[in-house]
Amino acid sequence: MNVIVCMKQVPDTSEVRIDPETNTIVREGVPSIINPFDENAIEAAVQLVEEHGGKVTVITMGPPQAEQALREALAMGADEAILLSDRALAASDTLATSYVLSCAIRRIGDYDLILCGKQAFDGDTAQVPPGIAEQLGLPQITYVIGLEVVGDKVRARRLLEGRYEVVEARMPAVLTADKHMNEPRRPGLKSVLAAKKKEIPVWDAAGCDIQVSSCGLEGSPTRVIRTFAPSHEHEGEMIEGDPRDAACQLVEKLAAAKLV
Amino acid sequence: MAIYIEEEKCTGCGLCVASCPYGAIEIVESKARFTDDCTMCGACVSACPQGAIVLEMPRKGEVDTSQYRDLWVVAETTPEGDLAGVTIELLGEGRKLADELDAQVALVLMGDEVGELAEKAGGFGADTVYLVSHPSLKQYRTGPYADVLCGLINKHKPEIVLFGATSMGRDLAPRVAARIKAGLTADCTELSVDPETRLLHQTRPAFGGNIMATILCEYTRPQMATVRPRVMDRAQWQEGREADIVEVPVDIDERSVATKIVEVIADEGAGAVNLQDAEIIVSGGRGLGAPEHFALIQELADTLGATVGASRATVDAGWIPAYHQVGQTGKTVKPKLYIACGISGAVQHLAGMSSSDCIVAINKDPDAPIFKVAHYGIVGDLFEVVPELISAINERRGQ
Amino acid sequence: MDFAFTEDQELIFEAVRELCDEELKPKADEVDRAGEYPWDSVRQIAEMDLFGIPVPEEYGGLGMDVLTWAVVGELLSTGCTTTGAVYGAHMLAVYPILEFGTDEQKEKYLPPLATGEKIGAFGLTEPGAGSDAGAVSTRAELVGDHYVLNGTKIFISNGGDAETYVVIANLHPEKGTRGLCAFILEKGMEGFSFGKNEEKMAFHSLSNRELVFEDAQVPKENLLHREGRGFRVAMTTLALGRIGMAIGAVGLAQAAFDAAIEYSQVREQFGQKISEFEAIQFMLADMATEIEMARLMSYKAAWLKDQGGDFEKTAAMAKVYASEMCSRVTSKAVQIHGGYGYTTDYPVERYMREAKLFEIVEGTSEIQRLVIANRLLRENRLS
Repeated sequence: MNVIVCMKQVPDTSEVRIDPETNTIVREGVPSIINPFDENAIEAAVQLVEEHGGKVTVITMGPPQAEQALREALAMGADEAILLSDRALAASDTLATSYVLSCAIRRIGDYDLILCGKQAFDGDTAQVPPGIAEQLGLPQITYVIGLEVVGDKVRARRLLEGRYEVVEARMPAVLTADKHMNEPRRPGLKSVLAAKKKEIPVWDAAGCDIQVSSCGLEGSPTRVIRTFAPSHEHEGEMIEGDPRDAACQLVEKLAAAKLV
Repeated sequence: MAIYIEEEKCTGCGLCVASCPYGAIEIVESKARFTDDCTMCGACVSACPQGAIVLEMPRKGEVDTSQYRDLWVVAETTPEGDLAGVTIELLGEGRKLADELDAQVALVLMGDEVGELAEKAGGFGADTVYLVSHPSLKQYRTGPYADVLCGLINKHKPEIVLFGATSMGRDLAPRVAARIKAGLTADCTELSVDPETRLLHQTRPAFGGNIMATILCEYTRPQMATVRPRVMDRAQWQEGREADIVEVPVDIDERSVATKIVEVIADEGAGAVNLQDAEIIVSGGRGLGAPEHFALIQELADTLGATVGASRATVDAGWIPAYHQVGQTGKTVKPKLYIACGISGAVQHLAGMSSSDCIVAINKDPDAPIFKVAHYGIVGDLFEVVPELISAINERRGQ
Repeated sequence: MDFAFTEDQELIFEAVRELCDEELKPKADEVDRAGEYPWDSVRQIAEMDLFGIPVPEEYGGLGMDVLTWAVVGELLSTGCTTTGAVYGAHMLAVYPILEFGTDEQKEKYLPPLATGEKIGAFGLTEPGAGSDAGAVSTRAELVGDHYVLNGTKIFISNGGDAETYVVIANLHPEKGTRGLCAFILEKGMEGFSFGKNEEKMAFHSLSNRELVFEDAQVPKENLLHREGRGFRVAMTTLALGRIGMAIGAVGLAQAAFDAAIEYSQVREQFGQKISEFEAIQFMLADMATEIEMARLMSYKAAWLKDQGGDFEKTAAMAKVYASEMCSRVTSKAVQIHGGYGYTTDYPVERYMREAKLFEIVEGTSEIQRLVIANRLLRENRLS
């Protein structure tokens, strides 16, 4: 049972600030973390391999410093890690990123399942995993909170709006992990120190047969033209009147803001 | 845009025939061949074990954008078999955008025996409904929905396609976008069009809501977006308005569908307290005076479909379990609406909720610090104000 | 002189910081209030291999030095003082076995202590033998192939919850301290039981129980070091324990400082943040300066120990300074919080109560001064 986990190093959004002058994200001093949903995917993959044997390969596309996130994944129990890093890949949008990752997954070759976090903490798009599944021609099961492998099939429990769905697909398949799937382990220091010593190969675009015209800026159909800080600061308003009156005024205001 | 079969690879196995929802492939002399019904949906590409079928989509810069017209909404239905709220919202928003572009609004409605909904869509402003009915489309599944939709898009070339940013829309849209090489923006909260360039300006939050980004797809078509539910206005119902219903015949072979839904279970455990994902939180503080008064907070929360939060003081006093606690040492939350009842607003509490989109404070003490962060404040006895609030909400709903 | 940590150390400290921020700190108040041994937190630090930091790799540990052990203790103490104290007390069983144990003893006892599968404790203090450690009255007698122990120890940290104990008893009371012996005891040994758990002004969830020996049967091979060397085992263990106490106090003071500097920038009075008042700024500056001083002294004591040097005096200096510093700093943290600081809504009142412990255990401030003075006079004797 070989499992590939696609992961991403993201800035810890709880510590992100906006530069009011430039309206851009201040990244300095913001710690980088493994995208939390990817930790669920790594945990699920490690558990699968603990149960069925095989190996877990984690892969990330990112700058050289993304190696740090891969080492954390190795400490959590992944067997191998690959860093996909090439200047040509910079500024790829979700379509281009899924193309690039699908090329790298083809190069890895031997796999039964591909696991991803359900979405990345920074972009929150959830678009890359279905993109990978499409480009590899594989079935996808998103929002997974539990899974079992039976023979050549994977059966997964999905968490949807107000209901669960149990879905079965033939393998290989692409699955995306929800945070309710499991509790990612906190690796012991022995594993952390061992992970530090592992070799992490760095792959470039050419090595994965990636068409440069399909990645980076050129391969990305979407373009961000403007960023700005959301304006939720406004002067507080005191609502006067007797309780009945005040309550009615409040409900009007909340309804106008589509909050009730 | 082109689809072709590399004949030397084709073994004539016929799997592509089974996979084609439009019945547009035949085997002639042991080789697969497309008929005129082919929509270039691409379903056969991944079905072919030999990799003999190639779908070529134009790359960025090669797309003749002028060929693309009209705005599409991809419909979603509720488990009860009605149009989902987000679909009606998208019809409302879509109408506004289409009018600016002097374009038509079409609804793509996939399901099983959903003809009634197609008629309803006209009343909500759709000009055309592409009605695709088949038993295999009864419940949403990525594969057949994506195949059918890609075929429709490649055939009719809409300029804009909108989906709800729901578990279905966020599963389907990226699959379709990846196949037809279109740009897609997730989870939009604001849409507008520029009638000159005909570009869709798609605005969405990123970085945990810390920043908003406006995104364009300049060189590819259609321009696709998923839109967050409960953000756009619902379309107004127009009695007697009818859409042109186009029935799209499809032929789906269940054996070629990669996923099977084994079971659907209603989520009984939704009562689990999930403050961080809650859109509305109603919190109680020391002003409640006694643990049993949390029932009032619960009642307001139930009225609003909200989750119950609590101040540290009430948790420490053992009035309510710790997983309800909001604040520095409890949960940090950012709901759309936070209603603080009888909470004075100790620094440690404010640290956990002050970035909520809208904060309402109800407190007896006009000098309570909670009023400094509140968008709306009511000075009064919560035991008088909260019951009035509940009945005012119910009355408004009843209208 | 090099103040930099190695890459491995940085990795370890970062992982521990994360554990503290995400797990230990958020529940520290709850842990203290529960009044029950913090098994959850203990399991968490065990799973992270923290109990094995100073244990050689051959015995299932990480084989890191005392400095690494100390810095981790400091970080834990900042996150959750109680958990930090468990970690510190555990070492008082690990360290004497490591230092004086036979190969057989190490092989048997260290691996489960390194993984945290078993918790350790050290039993020296008695009702009549506190600062006067030599006055131990627990008796040991050799009967056949067993030592038979009789007597009572009190205030033993981790007592009752630990599985492995290093206990000091006197085999030859007539020889005074030269009659003392150290033994390894296991929970469940015949005649070995536990008495009262102390109710304290703080550290409500840290067990400080009586160890009761009523004809306790200790196999002969559980003698640690040699007969009559128990005092040396005890003093060596206490010397290391002082580093642990010093660093625990530094960690706690840091937690108090963190709370104070944050609060000072949130709390407004007279229309401005109180951090804008010079009175508050001076307090913060003094707090940080004193913490840094205590930290450097503690690190130096640990470093000296790792160099194989004589660290006893430095450790005593670090302990007395750090513990008294901790009381000053936590008190200032309460002061900065004003009225709120005196309430249980904020952790600083707990910090202030906890700080007092460090001035008392593992040798009171007075004993530390005696140790220091003793050394100074010996080093500076006029011929």
